[in-house]
Amino acid sequence: MKCKLGLAQINTKLGDVQANLEKHLRLIKEARNQGVDLLVFPELSLTGYVLQDLAATVSIKPESGDPIFGPLLAASCNIDLVVGFVLEDERNRFYIAGAYLSGGVVVHVHKKIYLPTYGLFDESRFFAWGDEVRAFDTRFGRVGLLICEDFWHASLPYLLWQDGADVLLFTSASPGRGLNDENQLESARWVDHINRGYASLFTTFVVHSNRVGYEDGLNFWGGSMVYDPNGSVLVRAPQHEEALTVSEIDLNQLHRTRTRLPLLRDERTALVQRELTRILSQGTRPAGR
Amino acid sequence: MNPLSINTDLAKKILTGFIHSELTRVGFTKAVVGLSGGIDSALSCVLAAEALGPENVLAVRMPYRLSSQDSLDDAQRVIDVTGVQSLTIEITDMVDPLINRFPEMDRLRQGNIMARTRMVVLFDQSAAFQGLVIGTSNKTEILLGYSTWYGDSACAINPIGDLYKAQVRQLSRAIGVPHEVIDKPPSADLWAGQTDEDELGFTYEAVDQLLYLLVDERYTAEECVEAGFSVDFVNSVVNRIRRNQFKRIMPPICKISNRTIGYDFLYLRDWGT
Repeated sequence: MKCKLGLAQINTKLGDVQANLEKHLRLIKEARNQGVDLLVFPELSLTGYVLQDLAATVSIKPESGDPIFGPLLAASCNIDLVVGFVLEDERNRFYIAGAYLSGGVVVHVHKKIYLPTYGLFDESRFFAWGDEVRAFDTRFGRVGLLICEDFWHASLPYLLWQDGADVLLFTSASPGRGLNDENQLESARWVDHINRGYASLFTTFVVHSNRVGYEDGLNFWGGSMVYDPNGSVLVRAPQHEEALTVSEIDLNQLHRTRTRLPLLRDERTALVQRELTRILSQGTRPAGR
Repeated sequence: MNPLSINTDLAKKILTGFIHSELTRVGFTKAVVGLSGGIDSALSCVLAAEALGPENVLAVRMPYRLSSQDSLDDAQRVIDVTGVQSLTIEITDMVDPLINRFPEMDRLRQGNIMARTRMVVLFDQSAAFQGLVIGTSNKTEILLGYSTWYGDSACAINPIGDLYKAQVRQLSRAIGVPHEVIDKPPSADLWAGQTDEDELGFTYEAVDQLLYLLVDERYTAEECVEAGFSVDFVNSVVNRIRRNQFKRIMPPICKISNRTIGYDFLYLRDWGT
């Protein structure tokens, strides 16, 4: 089976959800014209990234009655979508969230688990953290969705892999940093390395959609990419520019790669569970010492 | 490998994108730059011209009667090479009445008056030209506090504030700043023969390397000494950085309410854009 993937590498208006929705709908139309089956928007694509005190005012609920989600759900009758937004739960906690929409329904919502609060980041000051990671079924097979810092922790892609995800959908709003004499920033190089690693070690597809643009002095570097189960790059969006990047993934590649390289078959999950249980039972220190 | 070496194509792309984005998102298409004849303002001017088109950039030369002719000529070279619009407004008539009222005034006070007068002229041209003021302070001088508060450090946005002096030189070479501007000794040009390096007491080359270790690589002062810098040099730079923190932040507001600007009223400047 094949799936035509679109990476919607967009800039956003900070805190202007309506304007961002309109941009989403434009991109969706363009992607549909190109025959895209699944269009992936970046982290917080409906709101912008450095929200600070805007977090509460831009929060929405992924329901058909919501004025923002209504049009997106309607659009998802013709094209599967991943969008980024701020979710307010029934107890008024705010999450950085991603939703997978298809056939007019919300198939899955992921709440960002790891909120970077160091260096230039301040997410857990404004957001609650998600506490659940689940793969889910789509018309392109079972997939997993993670948001930015989530995939800087190897455990989450690993869990999704073991939960059946053959396509890992990663979204981010990654501020560019670390200019040296290379032709890309250190942050871009790092993300490329780890994503290539996940694709290679888990013999899965990895799809990374990152935003571009500026918020105050922060630049977002784009460079969205798709990797196949061999760890090869299928497509690479330009860096620092808006782009709709379309590529086709052949899901039969999973069969071919895993025949050659049965890392999934040989993974000793019972051993992992046993040793983790032992490590965690040793006391209060979470990392062994 | 020189750790301060940068990819100049990528730097240019990010910095010109920044200028374009931060101006256009708030409804501006034009910029104003105070052009001293030195390398920092030359680089900001070239970046602004690249980002916005030279016709949308106004370079303002603001000599004082003691400013050197070389500075004026070098600024003109930048205007010629970029094709930006230009204006020369001498500040002597604005500065001298205040200086003359206080015969005992030292050179530091005089220099600050000149820098702040240039700020007044520049922001007035900002209103007249409908362009935002582009900053010209580099990372080295911001960290050392080698600037006049609300003077040459005043701006709407600063594209070069995360580049050390050595990186300013490298990028300037790559994007066509005239070599006369790049090769001359840096000077605030507040009095004849003044140079930055004489006044600071060390070279930019040395202090850039030290600042890179202290700031970017998070070395302790002791680790910098182990890396080969003298104790006195390290201590003087560490002290300069600390003493000048006030120039790098907004003045503190005393919190007495439940929600206070700067503490728990937090929005980016780009809010809504």
